[in-house]
Amino acid sequence: MNLSIIRYILGRVLQFLGGFLILPVIVSLIYKEYNTGLIFLAIAVASFILGSVSSFFKPKNNAFYAREGFVTVSLSWILLSLVGAVPFVLTGEIPHITDAVFETVSGFTTTGASILSDVESMSQTAMFWRCFTNWIGGMGVLVFIMAILPLSGSYNMHLMRAESTGPSVGKLVPRVKNTAKILYGIYLGLTLVLIVSYMCAGMKLYDALIISFSTMGTGGFANLNASLGGYSHGAQVVSIIFMILCGINFNAYFLIISRKPGEFFKIEEVRWYLIILFLAAAAITVQIRGSYASLYSAAHDATFQVVSIMTTTGFSVTDFDTWPMFSKTILLMLMVIGGCAGSTSGGIKVSRLLILFRTLGKEASHLTHPRSVKKMRLNGQTVVEETSKSVYSFLIAYVVVLMVSVLIVSADGFDFTTSFTSVLSMLGNVGPGLSVVGPAGNYSGFSDLSKITLLLDMLAGRLEIFPMMVLFYFGTWKRG
Amino acid sequence: MQIIIVGCGNVGSSIARQLSKEGHNLTIVDVNERAVRELSDAIDVLGIVGSGSQLAVLKQADVADADLLIAVTDSDERNLVCCLIAKKAGTKNTIARVRDPEFFDEIELIKNDLGLSLYVNPELNAAEEIARLLKFPTAMEIDSFANGRVDLMKFEVGEGSPLCGLKLKDIPARLQCDILICVVERGNETFIPTGDFTLNKGDKIGVVASGRKSAKFLKALDLNKGRVRSCLIVGGGELTYYLADMLVATGVEVKIVEKSKKRCDELAELLPEAIIIYGDGADKSLLLEEGIDRTEAFLALTNYDEENVMMSIYAGKVNPKAKLITKVHRSAYDDIIYDMNVGSIINPKLITSESVVKYVRAMVNSTSSNMEALYQLNAGKAEAMEFTVKSASGLVDVPLMNVKLKPNVLVACIIHHGQIETPKGSSVIRMGDRVIVVTTETGFEDISDILR
Repeated sequence: MNLSIIRYILGRVLQFLGGFLILPVIVSLIYKEYNTGLIFLAIAVASFILGSVSSFFKPKNNAFYAREGFVTVSLSWILLSLVGAVPFVLTGEIPHITDAVFETVSGFTTTGASILSDVESMSQTAMFWRCFTNWIGGMGVLVFIMAILPLSGSYNMHLMRAESTGPSVGKLVPRVKNTAKILYGIYLGLTLVLIVSYMCAGMKLYDALIISFSTMGTGGFANLNASLGGYSHGAQVVSIIFMILCGINFNAYFLIISRKPGEFFKIEEVRWYLIILFLAAAAITVQIRGSYASLYSAAHDATFQVVSIMTTTGFSVTDFDTWPMFSKTILLMLMVIGGCAGSTSGGIKVSRLLILFRTLGKEASHLTHPRSVKKMRLNGQTVVEETSKSVYSFLIAYVVVLMVSVLIVSADGFDFTTSFTSVLSMLGNVGPGLSVVGPAGNYSGFSDLSKITLLLDMLAGRLEIFPMMVLFYFGTWKRG
Repeated sequence: MQIIIVGCGNVGSSIARQLSKEGHNLTIVDVNERAVRELSDAIDVLGIVGSGSQLAVLKQADVADADLLIAVTDSDERNLVCCLIAKKAGTKNTIARVRDPEFFDEIELIKNDLGLSLYVNPELNAAEEIARLLKFPTAMEIDSFANGRVDLMKFEVGEGSPLCGLKLKDIPARLQCDILICVVERGNETFIPTGDFTLNKGDKIGVVASGRKSAKFLKALDLNKGRVRSCLIVGGGELTYYLADMLVATGVEVKIVEKSKKRCDELAELLPEAIIIYGDGADKSLLLEEGIDRTEAFLALTNYDEENVMMSIYAGKVNPKAKLITKVHRSAYDDIIYDMNVGSIINPKLITSESVVKYVRAMVNSTSSNMEALYQLNAGKAEAMEFTVKSASGLVDVPLMNVKLKPNVLVACIIHHGQIETPKGSSVIRMGDRVIVVTTETGFEDISDILR
């Protein structure tokens, strides 16, 4: 394990975090929350100095392999969460440390689960930071750093692979730096369009800004207790459209930009993602039609909720905990599935689901024709054995983490629905679950142990389990 | 530049490493999924799995917008087809590796029709290099500049050599000959020496001199053995064919040991004047029978690095006076065989990447000066380059002592209207001169790059 290079990159991460923390300081100047702003400024400077000290000495040895990549990414995210939580504690917005870390992890991992029972009492500065973590966490902090710093050498591909989502991570153009730039370019462009759209739908600039952050990162932090229910109907429609867009693989947008729209429609994952969204929304609309005045309003709420859960955003416009069991079960399944690989959403991803189903199909065909030779294809390309294997182990790891976490959380004595859906929601980076942790509730009732379990689940879910697993695997740290 | 490399074998990956280091955007294409993955993990390139002679695959690599396509798969035919398709699809320049003499003889004929910008034949280039070495058997490496008029020769400073313990600035006076030592290898390190550098036993020195001066230098050092008149070659590949063809023409007695009967038949037909032996070169008694202890040169040129090294060590033992030449493909062995007695090491892969890199640098820089030659010394740790000076940069018409050079850069030779001059502080570079530069830096594209 090459510790000096990990120290160097972590130093860089701290420097960038210091830079990010300057943004809320600007907000504090506008809203005249000088005391809060000062605290943010102090932490920003401290983080920057600490980062500069630790990255001052260039690493002696540039050896950087897959395991360094996994360890660096998981440590970066833990570091971000810990340092990012400091402002909440020091400003007194969230005085309890575990709560503050939970809230920050929830932000960076784009989960959007909150321990706050009254969000509206938070200062504008802290609220801005809370939502900004959603935005930067969506596309990834290391990807952002790679887009700006010339982290040349072999290590960037290992970092990118460990931080980006999906079963197989590829580049768009030869250089990682340019790939990262393109991804953030698309991300930033969509964000700007979204801010303008929200403002056209009647939001104030500040609201549009922070809700855009949470929407783009498919995070789900909102500044109203009623989540998006407190905004206009038009804003909700805008939100539906952009949540769908952010659940799509960002590589697909690159195909459109580089004038290959034909290939965009060839991506099966996107097609299935849209089909699942449509079927789920239709099924729920039929079920809840009775309790709504018109078909349109039923369809609106059903679509919003389906999109919000499947893209793992976690906004809500209505308390879906009161919906019929069948509808709630559909939502739970969507939580597990999540969006497309390479998007900002969580879950196990549609492409993994497709690979799993095709494996079953292949197995069935193998049983009927024992000597047949068959290759699995996805998006028109053969899926190599290693990719499909990593998908199986991912699913196994997912189930194991789920079971262990439910066991720990159930010690708090909540009903099964609460314990189970809270863990499921955390692993999928969704936010709300059912019952106590439903859209109207929050996570403040859990014990510290459960909160720590849940926040580790969020990190594991965002980084897709393996980086965290490597970090805690003793063989990683052995010499040689 | 946007560059596509088709084929990630030994040659492809070494070109990719070098070009990526020089800041180009590379896309690599190979049918072998594992090879693509390993290379794209190691360096920052975009990997595509598929056949480079399929348009669909090349389109994925954005062939229409590429500046250059380099085809270095192991099949000559595929390389040519690949270049042809790429050219039709819009790539500006193409380079193909062509090894088989069958194609190579006609390549000039079809070069234009195929739209090839350059073809490289590593086996032929390696054969040329070996032929030069056999002319000056005391040198370990010879790279030639200015159409062969200036040589950069590498020697080892032996036990009891007059050079031992000498400072470089004292050498011309002591040996009474005007030569310049421009690069020194000591252990695994490579230096561009200054005048105060003291030579030790075991150092490997690079000397730049014209033919006459180098003969004088060799005489002063008592290294002036005549050219080789007989040689024993193990391994009958393309390289051996090209080499034997050249050697036979200059009257050298050539004996080739080859394992495959079929290849022996082919060689016997192609090279009627050479002696072809059907047998295994790893067989000690066969080598003794064919006179390994009497031959003036022993060349291990099979396709197996390990076998070549072993045979050379053995040959060095039974015949310490023979000139040894060993072909080694894998650069991973560089550090291991460094102090083994295997004589001169020939690496056809390195020779190919030299000529491709030279071409790419010349493409980047088509303005002020032309790179005429590029050689990598000591496994790529240093480079020697020849430029023609075509524009008035800060370098021209200024005495060298007033020119601010980058560290680890040396102007090793100035050729002015055919006059070869060993540079001194008072020497001046003029427009149109050819200049040889030696450096441990990498990526120079223009003569002005040597300036600080």
